[in-house]
Amino acid sequence: MSTTTAQAGTSGAGQGEAMATKIRGGGAGPVRHRRDRLSRHNLAGWLFSTPFLVLFLTFMAFPIVATLLMSFTDFGLRDVTDPLSAQFVGLDNYTKLFQDEKFVKALFNTAYFVVLGVPLTIGTGLAAAVLLNSGIDRMRTFFRVGFYAPVVTAIVAVAVIWRFVLDPSEGLIASLGHQLGFRTPDFLGSEALAMPSLIVMAVWRNMGSAMVLFLAGLQAIPTEVREAARIDGAGIFQEFRRITVPLLRPTMLYVAVMTTIGFLNVFEEPFVMTDGGPSDSTLTISLDMYREGFDFFHMGYASAMAYVLFVVVLAITTLQLRLLKDKTS
Amino acid sequence: MSTTETRPPLAPAATTPRRAPAARARRTLVYVLLSVGLVVTVAPFLWMALSSFKTQRELGASPPVWVPTEWTLDNFRELLDRMDVGQAFFNSLLVAVFVTVCNLLFCSMLGYALAKLNFVGRRPVFGIVLGALMVPGNLMLLPMFVMMSAMGLIDSYAALILPFAAGAFGVFLMRQFIQAIPDELLEAARMDGAREWYIFWRIVLPLVKPALATLAIFVFLGSWNNFLWPLVATNDPGKYTLPVALATFANDPTQAAGSNGVLMAGAFLVVLPVLLVFVLLQRFFAQGIATAGLK
Repeated sequence: MSTTTAQAGTSGAGQGEAMATKIRGGGAGPVRHRRDRLSRHNLAGWLFSTPFLVLFLTFMAFPIVATLLMSFTDFGLRDVTDPLSAQFVGLDNYTKLFQDEKFVKALFNTAYFVVLGVPLTIGTGLAAAVLLNSGIDRMRTFFRVGFYAPVVTAIVAVAVIWRFVLDPSEGLIASLGHQLGFRTPDFLGSEALAMPSLIVMAVWRNMGSAMVLFLAGLQAIPTEVREAARIDGAGIFQEFRRITVPLLRPTMLYVAVMTTIGFLNVFEEPFVMTDGGPSDSTLTISLDMYREGFDFFHMGYASAMAYVLFVVVLAITTLQLRLLKDKTS
Repeated sequence: MSTTETRPPLAPAATTPRRAPAARARRTLVYVLLSVGLVVTVAPFLWMALSSFKTQRELGASPPVWVPTEWTLDNFRELLDRMDVGQAFFNSLLVAVFVTVCNLLFCSMLGYALAKLNFVGRRPVFGIVLGALMVPGNLMLLPMFVMMSAMGLIDSYAALILPFAAGAFGVFLMRQFIQAIPDELLEAARMDGAREWYIFWRIVLPLVKPALATLAIFVFLGSWNNFLWPLVATNDPGKYTLPVALATFANDPTQAAGSNGVLMAGAFLVVLPVLLVFVLLQRFFAQGIATAGLK
């Protein structure tokens, strides 16, 4: 077993055990001691990593590369049984994508969903967390459980429920409207209202996860800091702006990145609630990809879509990491 | 990323001192706002649950009926007739149990290695874990389908389980918890001649039981609610998981026509077990999220 480690930087420095004993005997500082004792676990380290790495290579690394390769081919249904027979077509799929009105619409719809949905989710989540953290102790768990309930339920079930809630004749909203004496529109049947309806539903479902993360972040802010601010005469809004928001920035970053990734990949909601309609007004990138790939078996073309989506996710994540991190350091 | 730094400038002094009545009014306002939010959050679930027990007449009644005057199980009966709920339930459960057990084992193994074993390549491996956390599942969908077809695994439980057998989130979570175990404890065992596997199995795992519970819940729920891959990887209704069965049923124009009650009965059966588990085990959720979110 080699004793070389990247951190210790001692190449071939003899037996780990011997060195560890020597250092321990000499009463070395904890840092050196630790490094050295830890330096003899190459084999164990790799054995413990093996199951994860094997699964990662098979079901993530390989498919990521394979998707890229497929996106340069005309991979179709007959190639499923013989993947190597797919023809190389260069960048054709990508050039076709941006002339494909459907896909451009899907890009636009996904952007619409993200640009409205993510800030609303973060905003309502933060508001709920601040309210829950403002000195109510008895009921906090009760409310937290309630707000988080939609997060744990299957999106498919939630989408089926909301399809009914928004149903123009038997739905909850229609019934409420009827009781109050006005006619409600057919939300999911209207080109203008279908996407906003999906956004409201997505905010409703995901608000809880943002809230719980913000709540944890808020509770990590030491009370002394808040007390000091109050003693110095800070009002509620000053406290929020000058204490809460800056100290929540790491949480904000995490919530923003994770919510955005989730929203960019939106699939279940339009799949169950609108099937992309009416007139493709709720067709998202993932749904378009699914249809091209598994309804029409244009798998090369669908792979190009998957990659465009991936690049968008990467770009936005990087941008968010930049924007939100700069201000802390 | 420290959350305890006390750097931001405090607001300048002066302005008004706090008063008791104002504080009370504020509390009331907080409760009112939270209650409104809660009603909005819970209403769709209540509407779903109540509607699943309504008769067809009351479902379409005008003016609308909130609480059924006539409770009926017809919707559930009809659902069970048309959709193999039992089989889908069994499939979901089997897949979720296997996925959970695999994650508990594999994630804590790598979590232990990353937290407590210094091996060449530890940093790159941790980098892979962090990277994997960000990769959207949709990216792997197409080649995974081809791969599973090539191996003849479409409509098999293996296809539903293996791709989710070791999630990056679990590794991350377990690493966080295992890091908190004092090195001295492990070192003492090593000096007594214990092997790494023994240390992992007999010392580390028992000490991180709460973390394992948290991870188990998250992974189980993730698997239970998973949709896109099971949709792609199954053609045989006998292998559908609950969400796939429900979505297929809901989107089948010949079946669902005019049967909102039946659909709500289906949603009710999918949602109920999960909500029960969540309410009973909710403290583990809070723990896990706090750890995972604030590395």
